[in-house]
Amino acid sequence: MSEASLESKKMRRIAVDPVSRVEGHGKITLLMDEENHIHEARLHIVEFRGFEKFIQGRPYREVPYFVQRLCGICPVSHHLAAAKAVDQLVGVDDLTPTSLKLRQLLHFGQTMQSHALHFFHLSSPDLLFGFGSDMKHRNIVGVIEDYPEIAIQGVKIRKYGQQVIAAIAGKRIHGAATVPGGMNKPLTINERDALLVDIADVIRWSQDAVALNETIHCSDQEHRDFGTLRTPFMSLVDPSGNLEMYHGGLRVRMADGAALVDQFDYRGYTELVREEIRPWSYMKFPYLQSLGKEQGWYRVGPLARVNNCDAITTPLAESARQRFKSLGGGAFVQDTLAYHWARMIEVLHCAESIERLLHDPEILGTDLQAPLGEKRSEGIGVIEAPRGTLFHHYKIDEDGLIEKANLIVSTTSNNQAMNESVRTVANQYIEGNEVTEGLLNHLEVAVRAYDPCLSCATHALGKMPLEVELVGIDGQVIDAVRKGSDGSFDRIG
Amino acid sequence: MNRSITVIEIDGQAVPFDEGQTIMDAAMAAGIYIPHLCHKPGLTPHGSCKLCTVDVDGRSVSSCTMPAVNGMKVSNNTPALMEVRKSITQMLFVEGNHLCPSCEKTGDCTLQAVAYHLGMLDGHYPQFYPKRAVDASHPEILLDRDRCILCALCVRAGREVDGKEIFAITGRGIDATLSIHSESGLLGDSDLSVDDLAAHICPVGAILIKDEGYEVPIGRRTFDLHCIAEPGLEPVILRKGDHTDA
Repeated sequence: MSEASLESKKMRRIAVDPVSRVEGHGKITLLMDEENHIHEARLHIVEFRGFEKFIQGRPYREVPYFVQRLCGICPVSHHLAAAKAVDQLVGVDDLTPTSLKLRQLLHFGQTMQSHALHFFHLSSPDLLFGFGSDMKHRNIVGVIEDYPEIAIQGVKIRKYGQQVIAAIAGKRIHGAATVPGGMNKPLTINERDALLVDIADVIRWSQDAVALNETIHCSDQEHRDFGTLRTPFMSLVDPSGNLEMYHGGLRVRMADGAALVDQFDYRGYTELVREEIRPWSYMKFPYLQSLGKEQGWYRVGPLARVNNCDAITTPLAESARQRFKSLGGGAFVQDTLAYHWARMIEVLHCAESIERLLHDPEILGTDLQAPLGEKRSEGIGVIEAPRGTLFHHYKIDEDGLIEKANLIVSTTSNNQAMNESVRTVANQYIEGNEVTEGLLNHLEVAVRAYDPCLSCATHALGKMPLEVELVGIDGQVIDAVRKGSDGSFDRIG
Repeated sequence: MNRSITVIEIDGQAVPFDEGQTIMDAAMAAGIYIPHLCHKPGLTPHGSCKLCTVDVDGRSVSSCTMPAVNGMKVSNNTPALMEVRKSITQMLFVEGNHLCPSCEKTGDCTLQAVAYHLGMLDGHYPQFYPKRAVDASHPEILLDRDRCILCALCVRAGREVDGKEIFAITGRGIDATLSIHSESGLLGDSDLSVDDLAAHICPVGAILIKDEGYEVPIGRRTFDLHCIAEPGLEPVILRKGDHTDA
């Protein structure tokens, strides 16, 4: 909606900038009508990254190493999605068993550390202290003070995930692991044994994290209703319909559980998903083509995956999934804040899967390189990144240089859903013309549930200043508040 | 026949040399590291990168081209010279497009290793962001001019060892570029072979063997295992991707 049409419809705008404690920089604008109802919510993405453009002309081998710099939180996901596409470019459809398992292990470590970071460092303060509690205390330092055991377990789970990554990729962040059609290094016995030392503790702590989230979510009706939507879910599943993080077929189910597609070969994703560009955001709006732009938005990520799968292949996580599903009585759990609960179920699945893989003799194999086949001009890699389904699509010229790249990052798929959750929460909590700290906090909590990766630039935890302006239809500032980096909350209008 | 002993002094250390040797030759033979990029033993000295600048009796000279003269007093490892070398290295970085994090040569790159050795923490100078062509026309060898530092090692390796006139530096000043001697100007139309020294000698990631990227894991790359100042490292650097040492 243009600013002129805003004015003509007698609406005013509230801007929330930036959203703290998400992975990047965001800004929320609320478009209000005269009755103070939120007509539309816009989560602005102000960063422009341009990777799809400046990867053009580069050699395809460079791509997994180049694009992992998109993010410091989930570089492994970008690395692996690109590597899967590059495998196709060199004519490899099947990795060696050891390489496949090393990539899966790497990805479980990645998902574990990213999820742990999000819940324990970024979101647990909201959930443990309450959305409206004193923001000076509502941060990871406050959690360390009041819930030291939880905080320490969170830090250790994340550290363990990073250790898994470092063992395979050489570094915790931005390592080097894949080569076209394989991996560049086997896992040594010493590395395997070092990872086995703590895995039992990590599984136990992950179980505690699931239980904590289940208790938090189920004990408060406000959590159940908070920003809740009814949306389709998209995720990968394995051939049996189980939860799958590295490779599988796409499954999209409607809000009522009806299947839209199942076991869909992701190399045909352009038939399934289209992207809409809206002038006020650098982030595109993907939609399911068969449902159209208006109705075709969907959700991805832990909530989608845990809802969408028929089962989880590891016993403790499967048991947790069944308790989760019972909340919906067999139907999808659409609660937006249940993202956190689903996220911890996935951490538990990662921990169990890591243990399983570490005990698999093939993980120590040295046959890492699949025979290269006939080169192809196009490769599409899709993976379940921590934040959801991640698409990497590359076309190369005869010399092997990238001609075209298309990336649909997970947060993009949740773009419309985040806006809708913000709108729902704003309507629920706004009171009159006044912008309160409580409202701001509630909006942030809604966005944060999706664990959005907005620029992949990490922030100081809870330290970002936050300004809100209430602008009338005549362009005048009616009300303005600022949340300072020191926790202060001042009216500046 | 008695031969008189000829000696120079490098940072106070007596270093013998043979007639015809340069300061760099004498230093290398004695295990003394003088930072350099455009020099490789066995090829004609070029004296272009200026990283090997040393002070001889109050004058700054390129040690790779300056003949050793009996009694010379050479200053090499001084704070002032290291600072100048760091500035030169910073200029090399900002004049090209050196994206170390995604470069296939990272960990094996002599420019990167020299930068670490000199304590370079940033580019210091504004980036030029030049537009330079990538030539991927050769089936086995990639030429990425973004990273070329115009050291001319490939020019000399081709001419003096491989017996091929493939590379040349053309243009002047900021417009200087690495050109290919072929009708189309493309590497794919030249007779460069993957067995040629010129295909392997690049001290940065400008000339790369196509199917060797990233195959060496972190911890096994040249400069994960070695310090650039280690004596006798030149042949080791050429063995990228095949380190059985350390």
